[in-house]
Amino acid sequence: MKADPTGVLTGAHYLDGDYACGEGAMAAGCRFVAGYPITPSTEVVERIARRFPTIGGTFIQMEDELASMAAVVGASWTGTKSMTVTSGPGFSLMMENIGLAAMMETPCVVVDVQRGGPSTGLPTMVGQSDVMQARWGSHGDYEVIVLCPQSPQEAFDLTIEAFNLSEIYRVPVLLLLDECVGHMTEKVVIPEAQEISVEPRRLTSKPPEEFEPYRLNGKPVPEFARAGDGYRFHTTGLTHDERGYPVMSVECQETCVRRLVDKIRDNADEIVRFEEHDTEDAEVVVVAFGITARVARLAVETARQRGIRVGFLRLIALWPFPEKRIHELAGSVGSFLVVEINYGQMVLEVERCAAGRARVSGLFHGGGGVHDPEAIVEAIVEAAS
Amino acid sequence: MSEEMNPELVREPPMEHPMAPYLRMERIPHVWCPGCGIGTVVQCYATALEKAGCDLDKVSVVSGIGCSGRAAGYMKLDGFHATHGRAIPFATGLKLGRPELLVTVISGDGDLVGIGGNHFIHAARRNIDLMVILINNFIYGMTGGQNAPTTPLTAKTSTMPFGNFEPPFNLPHLAASSGASYVARWTALHIRRLTWAIEEAIDRKGFRLIEVIAPCPTLYSRLNKLGTGLSGMRFYHDNAEIRHGADTREVDIDFQSSIVCGKFVDDEKPTFNELMDKHYGTILGDRYKPMPPEGGMIHAG
Repeated sequence: MKADPTGVLTGAHYLDGDYACGEGAMAAGCRFVAGYPITPSTEVVERIARRFPTIGGTFIQMEDELASMAAVVGASWTGTKSMTVTSGPGFSLMMENIGLAAMMETPCVVVDVQRGGPSTGLPTMVGQSDVMQARWGSHGDYEVIVLCPQSPQEAFDLTIEAFNLSEIYRVPVLLLLDECVGHMTEKVVIPEAQEISVEPRRLTSKPPEEFEPYRLNGKPVPEFARAGDGYRFHTTGLTHDERGYPVMSVECQETCVRRLVDKIRDNADEIVRFEEHDTEDAEVVVVAFGITARVARLAVETARQRGIRVGFLRLIALWPFPEKRIHELAGSVGSFLVVEINYGQMVLEVERCAAGRARVSGLFHGGGGVHDPEAIVEAIVEAAS
Repeated sequence: MSEEMNPELVREPPMEHPMAPYLRMERIPHVWCPGCGIGTVVQCYATALEKAGCDLDKVSVVSGIGCSGRAAGYMKLDGFHATHGRAIPFATGLKLGRPELLVTVISGDGDLVGIGGNHFIHAARRNIDLMVILINNFIYGMTGGQNAPTTPLTAKTSTMPFGNFEPPFNLPHLAASSGASYVARWTALHIRRLTWAIEEAIDRKGFRLIEVIAPCPTLYSRLNKLGTGLSGMRFYHDNAEIRHGADTREVDIDFQSSIVCGKFVDDEKPTFNELMDKHYGTILGDRYKPMPPEGGMIHAG
């Protein structure tokens, strides 16, 4: 369906990534946000707190991030599209209820504007060290989708995309900005509402007496009933059967959890998002994401001008990871160079997917700043030799 | 010994349990121990819903984790079994996401004021429109009898084997001083009074706390050598002291002391939603567009 014009601030704007993310949420139809202040993410909810009262949304500043995430899961069960926003320490606190959202199959969006960690780390300065936490942070087996914009415009676009994917797959979708993307101000073009595609909540058409909340109906994701529509359903964080009732058995665990994992893994080709340049003849492929992709892009162009056959692959979705494409490229390139603001996280994934068919090296930065493009050029030269 | 039954007193057994419309009968038998008070509270809640004439399609019940946390799973309502301690914020999301819902939280003392204590006081402070039925059995039951923030001084628990030395919460006082609009306490023995209190609280608005003192024969009574479930009930019968309007500062519970019951707070005060609507209405006038009662879901169109 097309976006509800109420939330769409059509026009060309000069916005930072945090504000653009907030605008993306409102354009996507988000009407409930719960959050707790934390640098460098707070501008997202500040934008929403100012705009929500005039577009029919409710923002509540909760007492902590545990409460924020729990409230988002609760609100989503009313059919209201819901989101929370945080940074590293708050992201850690949200993990348990992100797991609840995954287990209950609750569509919702969680924004993490990454800063330097661990612990309180560098509250006002950039980091990219939450990428493995985003994938694996809550206990147990589950799958999520993680998107990673490199600009304010993309923060707007991918926030809408995050809501859409969360509705289609009934998963929490995490949006990993970083402090640089969150705080940089650039032109953001917000289209007319009728040019924005949004996914509605996929409500069941069955009558209540025939409805079971986790019964599949020919699709990988069950149909949704919202609280207050007379379905009187039950849902739980316990391992459950199709009726949403707890069942403590090996068989039920296999059915219940397997499906949570498979609904994403089996559709990974649909969800994976990346872009690549100059990989056809490349000896070296640089892999980067978020703000680092913009720095690395400059280094790749410089190295090309110096005659090195280097290509570039930017991850737009971090998870699911484009494992098929990396595996394919590993057959034709000599090496990968993974550039990221952490001490080596996504490089592990590239190594796994390259599976020994290409060399893999990393150029890491502990956070607080971005890479020196010249250092990346040197690393490309080394990787090409 | 057998006696002939007076045929006039023999009635046909009902075809179904009188509470069947409110319960997920296919999930019975429940997990609770013989002599536990939680099932009684569930029955009182169901009875109160019936008496209050609630539209059950619009009632949501949220529980956290623990013995009482299983309550949501047995009610034939929209039921949510959330994470440990987070029933209140989960319920807050439901209420704000669809303001027309009647949202009840039924959970235990460890869940709501141990791990979830922060949410409890903040929901009361905001006067969020939630009815909270807190079943207090003085102990962590599901995990095996560990100390709770409500365990009376000197009572034995599996993690305080020499007796508890931590002062417990006085929950009516905690709720009242945090801003709750309705505060009552009963025991699981007070079937009618508890049912009336729930029925009355359904009619009120804002953050409503009904604390229900419930026996835990399997752990609390056993560890403290207090006898069987029946002796627990007898204790309540002999030691519950009804004092409506009591000063909540004076309703602490000591080990095996009297339990002050009654309605302590019943104030008409604006809820979070009412405050928000009034405030934005004043500031923004016609530009204010509140969340519709039926929720913020935007339908395909």
